[in-house]
This record gives sequence, C-alpha cells and structure tokens, in this order.
Amino acid sequence: MIPRWLWVPAALGAAFLLLPLVALVARVDWAHFPELITSPASRDALWLSLRTSAASTLLCILLGTPMAMVLARTSFPGQGVLRSLVLLPLVLPPVVGGIALLYTFGRRGLLGHELDVLGVQVAFSTTAVVMAQTFVAMPFLVVSLEGALRTAGRRYDVVAASLGARPTTVFRRVTMPLVLPGLVSGAVLAFARSLGEFGATITFAGSLQGVTRTLPLEIYQLRETDVDAAVALSLVLVVVAVLVIGFARQGRGSL
Amino acid sequence: MKKPLLVLLALALPLAPSLTACSSDDGAGDDTLTVYAAASLTPTFTELAKQFEAEHEGVDVRLSFGGSSDLATQIQNGAPADVFASADTATMDELVQDDLTAADPQDFATNTLEIAVPPGDPAHVSYLADLARPGLKLVICAPEVPCGAAAQQVARLAGITLDPVSEEQSVTDVLGKVTSGEADAGLVYVTDVKAAGDAVEGVPFAESKKVVNTYPIAPVADSGQSDLAQEFVDLVLSDAGQQVLRDAGFGKS
Repeated sequence: MIPRWLWVPAALGAAFLLLPLVALVARVDWAHFPELITSPASRDALWLSLRTSAASTLLCILLGTPMAMVLARTSFPGQGVLRSLVLLPLVLPPVVGGIALLYTFGRRGLLGHELDVLGVQVAFSTTAVVMAQTFVAMPFLVVSLEGALRTAGRRYDVVAASLGARPTTVFRRVTMPLVLPGLVSGAVLAFARSLGEFGATITFAGSLQGVTRTLPLEIYQLRETDVDAAVALSLVLVVVAVLVIGFARQGRGSL
Repeated sequence: MKKPLLVLLALALPLAPSLTACSSDDGAGDDTLTVYAAASLTPTFTELAKQFEAEHEGVDVRLSFGGSSDLATQIQNGAPADVFASADTATMDELVQDDLTAADPQDFATNTLEIAVPPGDPAHVSYLADLARPGLKLVICAPEVPCGAAAQQVARLAGITLDPVSEEQSVTDVLGKVTSGEADAGLVYVTDVKAAGDAVEGVPFAESKKVVNTYPIAPVADSGQSDLAQEFVDLVLSDAGQQVLRDAGFGKS
C-alpha cells in the first residue's frame, strides 16, 4: 500500500528512463540495419568487445572472489577502509580510472619501467582494454559476492569443518556452491560493465580498429560521421544489456 | 511516510531556479553571447572573449569548445549558439546548407600540421618519413576528424603509409597520449604544440605547408543576439583579433 499520489512522479520517472530507449529504437534505419551492424568495422568492434569483456569477467572472478571472501569472512584493522577503497571504481568517473591506470602501467608510470624491462608494453594493446574493463568492473563482482556470502552465513562452513573438511575443501564444496547464484549475477554485472566501458579505455588504451576500438568507442567515433550506424550499434548494446539484466534477474531468482 | 516527500522536495528545490533561468535566456534583455568554437581555438578564443567583455560592459561571453563536427551537430539539434567558429570549411558548409548561419562565413585563420614528440624526443623523430618507421608508436586523429584527414593527406603527398597504434577522436586526445609519454609521436596542429608549452616538442616538416586547414566563422541564425554576434565576428577579424591568433601560431587566411 503506497500513497496514491506517488504514482505520478513514479510514472514520470519511468517515462524519463524509458522514452530515450523508445526514441533510439524509433531512430533506427531498419532497411539498412543488417548492413550497418555487419560492416567490417562494426564486426571488429563487437567481436573485440565480447572477447575483452569475457576476459575481464574471468579476471574479476579469479581476483574478486578471494577478495570477497577476505572482506566477508575475516576481520582485521582497517578492513572497513579497505572495502571502501576497493569499491572506489564504482563511483569514480571512468576517465579518472584511465588516467590512474596510465600513471601506473603506462610507459612512464609507477610500474612502467619494470614492465619495460620485462619487455611488456601494455599501452595501446588489447591487454590495456582488458585492464581498464577489469578495473571498473571488479567492484560489481566483489559487492555482489560479498553480499551473498554474508547472507549465506557461516553455519554450513562450520559444520563442514567440524566434520573434518579442510578449509580448501569447505571453500570448494560448501561455500562456493552456496553462493553460486550471487557469483553468477556478480559476474554478469561485471560483464555488462566491461561491455559498456568507455572512459578508461579511451584514456588508457587508445582507439584502433580490431585492437582497442570496442563497441562503445566505435559508436562514439561513428556518431559524427555515420549517425545511422551509431544508432544501429547502440541498439545492439541495448539488446545485450536487456539480455544481461534478464540473465542477472534469473540468477537472483534461483537464490 | 514523510521521508519520500522530503526527498522529493529536496530534489525539486534546486530545479526551481534553474527552470526560471532557462526561460529568462530567451528574453531580449539578457546579455549573454554564446560562442561555439573548435577545440584548437581554446586559448585564443578565451583571450578574445575577455577582450570582448572588456569592451562591452555587462556582456557575458560563454564559450563552448569541442570537435567542430560535434559542435555543428549540436547546433543542428538546436543548441543555443550565437557564433560558430569551425576548424574546417566542410563542417561550416553543412550549417550553411541547413540555413543555420545568419551571414556568409568568413575565413579568419589557417593551421598546419606538426609532429609532436615527448620532451627529449626519445624515439629520434626528425622527418615526416620517420613516422613510418616500424615499431614507432604513432598516434594520429581518426580519418573522420579534420586533423586525421589532414594527416592522411600529408602522408599521401609524402608517399608514406602511416601505421598508427591509435586513431583518436580529437587533436587534444592525440596530444594527451604524447604528453604522457605513451606515444613516441603524434600529428597535431602547430598551434597545439605551441599551446602545450614544455610538455611536448614540435618537429616541423616541409610537407605540412601543402595541407592547410582553413577556419571559418559565422553568426548563427535566429540567435537573438545578432548584433553582439556580428560584433564578436568583427573582433576576430580585426587587427587586434588577428594578432592574438598570430601569436598562438595560426596562419593568415
């Protein structure tokens, strides 16, 4: 039961969020849609986006899962501060993240010299795109998984341990299966965030077809010269986003 | 139950003054001149706007800088610009075709390309041909952007093929990659190298003289500030205005 007048601002808010999507769909040049989204540049961008987002999601899982465990299941001085700092990329403008990455891993960055000695140059490479995406997407996985871990509680872990299971066995056979839905929805969110990443990528990785020009960069580039193609590719991203949300909702539903 | 109402009020309060401010913009008594100018004009037009404000008491000049085609798109979509200065004639021609200019555009400056390298020139770039050297990290503008089109043109004239590690959306993005030392070299305008000061070094090359970008300026149609708009255009074309542009490295049109 809510006050009836709340419906008015709620409807306004919904219209504000949905109308632009309707306008975007209305602007699509359907007659040329297939050609627009299958041009070599578009296909390169889409394929690059999917590949890099998959790689960064995997990195988020590999590094984010242990981080969520540490944050949810241990306590040490300064943990609260650490958690806030780890979640910083959530609220940081991505372009700031890009600059920070540049001054860390760039040629003249904090680790640039060491990387150079090892023969590693990340700037302008697909690796840089994956790093930018991982930087902005990791907090989504950590938040989602930490929440799931706290909700699941420790009871089953304690029981398993009391029955003689080693910590690694408990982690693999009890904790992870319990929070799998949380992990899946966190991974889906991280994937979606990676797919949409723009600011950090253009600052840190540059823009070159097939190497660093992901779908959002391609759209940004096209919007001046080929509006129809930009709109068509935008729609592709909207469809992917809708699929992702549907998928994430299902993941949560099974919790 | 009270909380949502309070939140709504808090959200609505800052909206109220801005809504009234929007409507007063259309009034004739408001003395704000809005100038849309290509990103490469940032230092010079900031200076000229100050001069204009000093000469016209009570007039406030608002500046919006960006890629020329970006700004043109905004004006085509109804952005409240009074004056438009473009970095190339093609973009201005689009506005003329759409009847969005109040007077014929006038060319007021020219610009040519220069190679920008990080201080000390670590990759030893001395000629245009050096940009085609394998392994050199070269950053240029995308071919769709005026500075990128110019870069392709000089490469064609010199008979070399550019193989950049990145094609950026604007000349400032190219400069950023050079100043941070990520790129060994970038192709930007002479004026960008000058404006960047010690952050980059410029390497002039002979072929640049053959590819000249011309900057046109025009008052925008239906501006509501047509007199002030024309006066600003006149200032840019005046000896004083031209001197500011010369000092920044622009050529005479």
